[in-house]
Amino acid sequence: MQNPLLKKLDFEKIVDALLPVLATFAALAVGAVMLVLLGANPLQAYAAMVEGAFGSTNSLADTIVRATPLLMVGLGICISFRGGVINIGGEGQLVMGAIGATVVGLWLPEVPAFFVVPLAMLAGFLAGAIWGGIPGALKAYFNVNEILSTIMMNAIAVQFMNYLLRDPLLDPDQFNAASKIPQTARLVQAFDLPRLVPTRLHLGAGIAVVLAILVYLFLWRTSIGYRIRAVGLNPDASRYAGIDVKRYIVLSLLLSGAFAGLGGAIQILGVHHRMFTDGSAMGFTGSAGFNGIVAALFGKLHPIGTIPASFLFGALLVGANKLQRVMQVPSAFIIALNGLVVVFVVSSEIWSRRRSRRRMSMSETLPELDGSNKLKKPGETQI
Amino acid sequence: MITELLSLNVLIGIATSGIRLATPYLYAAIGETFGQRSGVLNLGVDGMMLLGAYAGFYVAFTTGNLWFGLLAAIIVGAVMGLAMAFISVNLQAEQGISGIGIYLFGLGMSDLLFQKTLGTVETVKGFRSISVPYLSDIPIIGEIFFQHNILVYGAFALVPLAWFVLNKTTLGLKIRAVGENTQAADSLGVSVSGVRYFTLTLGGILSGIAGASLSIALLNVFQVNLTNGLGFIAVALVYFGSWRPGGVLFGSLIFSLVNALQVWVQVLGIDIPSDIAVMMPYVLTILVLVFTVQRTRPPSALTKPFERGE
Repeated sequence: MQNPLLKKLDFEKIVDALLPVLATFAALAVGAVMLVLLGANPLQAYAAMVEGAFGSTNSLADTIVRATPLLMVGLGICISFRGGVINIGGEGQLVMGAIGATVVGLWLPEVPAFFVVPLAMLAGFLAGAIWGGIPGALKAYFNVNEILSTIMMNAIAVQFMNYLLRDPLLDPDQFNAASKIPQTARLVQAFDLPRLVPTRLHLGAGIAVVLAILVYLFLWRTSIGYRIRAVGLNPDASRYAGIDVKRYIVLSLLLSGAFAGLGGAIQILGVHHRMFTDGSAMGFTGSAGFNGIVAALFGKLHPIGTIPASFLFGALLVGANKLQRVMQVPSAFIIALNGLVVVFVVSSEIWSRRRSRRRMSMSETLPELDGSNKLKKPGETQI
Repeated sequence: MITELLSLNVLIGIATSGIRLATPYLYAAIGETFGQRSGVLNLGVDGMMLLGAYAGFYVAFTTGNLWFGLLAAIIVGAVMGLAMAFISVNLQAEQGISGIGIYLFGLGMSDLLFQKTLGTVETVKGFRSISVPYLSDIPIIGEIFFQHNILVYGAFALVPLAWFVLNKTTLGLKIRAVGENTQAADSLGVSVSGVRYFTLTLGGILSGIAGASLSIALLNVFQVNLTNGLGFIAVALVYFGSWRPGGVLFGSLIFSLVNALQVWVQVLGIDIPSDIAVMMPYVLTILVLVFTVQRTRPPSALTKPFERGE
């Protein structure tokens, strides 16, 4: 059965997998030009970033910590994009999940952690599910474009967070102090997620990796996951096959929001231990809601592929801090660079699409190339 | 409390600021309307606005000439529009995601340039109000409509102009044909890529002006993330307005009036938490999307890249 075409396909698969990497290098090259214009040596700058992200156990741990929310958002993105629904609402869903977990933590300070911590995560999961489910239902039943509604939901979540932190959830200490920094009280230490090694690395990273495997099994090994993907690939055909397309649209956005929400809860329990705001979503999320989309795309919308992709972008973010400290390049540079990476990676997909189209037309013409196959019925083919 | 809100002066104040605040939405959303009518969703409007706002402010601040600032914003917007056209037309990239990329680029780049060139928040003396002769003397109406700066008038003049171009000219016919039935337009000899390059560059220019209207005409400052997501609202307003300039005008006015009301509620010290008040326009947008989108249909080719079949 050694078909030369098969070998070629394998090779092309490898090229396809490498495309985003090549596109990233192209974006980094443009970034290098920007660095030169900023008066920084690009090689030194990128070296500082690598050093900052991987140079020591601590920096490696920080990279993984930064990657965790990206992975959580990215897992949700894998589900929704596979379901044909675009979720730009990661920022709001992270915020709502974090609020859910914080409220549970503040509400039950005396209760044992083995009960409260899972409950807080569940609260985050549900809060995110609601925040994703609303645009999902609006899309399915009212035909409201989900890109727009999820963006609006982001803005609403931010104002809701600001409102809660201004008064109802404000830290009593801050309430008495003149400063009134908008943050909640710190959750009791018992609720902190365990640290894995003596660094900032916490259990949340492990949870995220396990969830990535579960999401993979869910999407490819269960009938619900199969239907989500079917709806994403071809809603019309799915409808003819008897799938309730609307319900699966709601479900994929709801689950997408739920994973981001759980990500927000993990940020509270593992990193911040309290909710705070600078008035925008970015203050709390660090743009993880957007960067998670990038990571998922980078991982080809595959939950397992999203693990290394999140790690890579976590490294980029941690490296950016070092870049700012050592070379005085503002960390805004990384936001711009991230934008370039997105544009380049999305644009590079044209080549893999072109090849797959050529592949399809090639397999269509194959029987004609091989005259002996022409008149055979399926199943009759000899080796 | 409610009576305070209903006094004539306050109502005039709300209406006047509503008209003013509609300006950036109008420029950005009319530009986006052109793009979407030709079948391209540009989600990067906010990033383009930020770069336009920065360019306009920086040039106006350093040269002292507001018109140079506006020109700079136009050039930057045009370059970004061309980039979006190259990405969506030639590279056929997924439009929603590449738009997010453009947004992130604009957000980071404008912040980076701001930190490197200005460093601190400065102010300029923006475009001054021009009272329209005679009309501005009409009581109430004159105060609300005819005592604004040039960019405000420009935004409102843009609406009938856009309507005319889209509905009464050959160019408009081509734009609509490309957005509704790309294959047919192509087979009739309309250059699909040419039309899309035009609409996206125009959209970029208008986004640039929208940004500049904030930084050198309405707020007269530049700071990090000056637009605060305003460009995304503008994209929503295009859906809200059913892809028609008149509808966009209606949506922009509702949105900016609710915003103005919200500001006045806070100014008057009425006891609604400010965060909840700020939330209202977004809630309203979602609600209106629920009721409008159902009745209208987006351009058929929206978000679909075009490649000629063999």
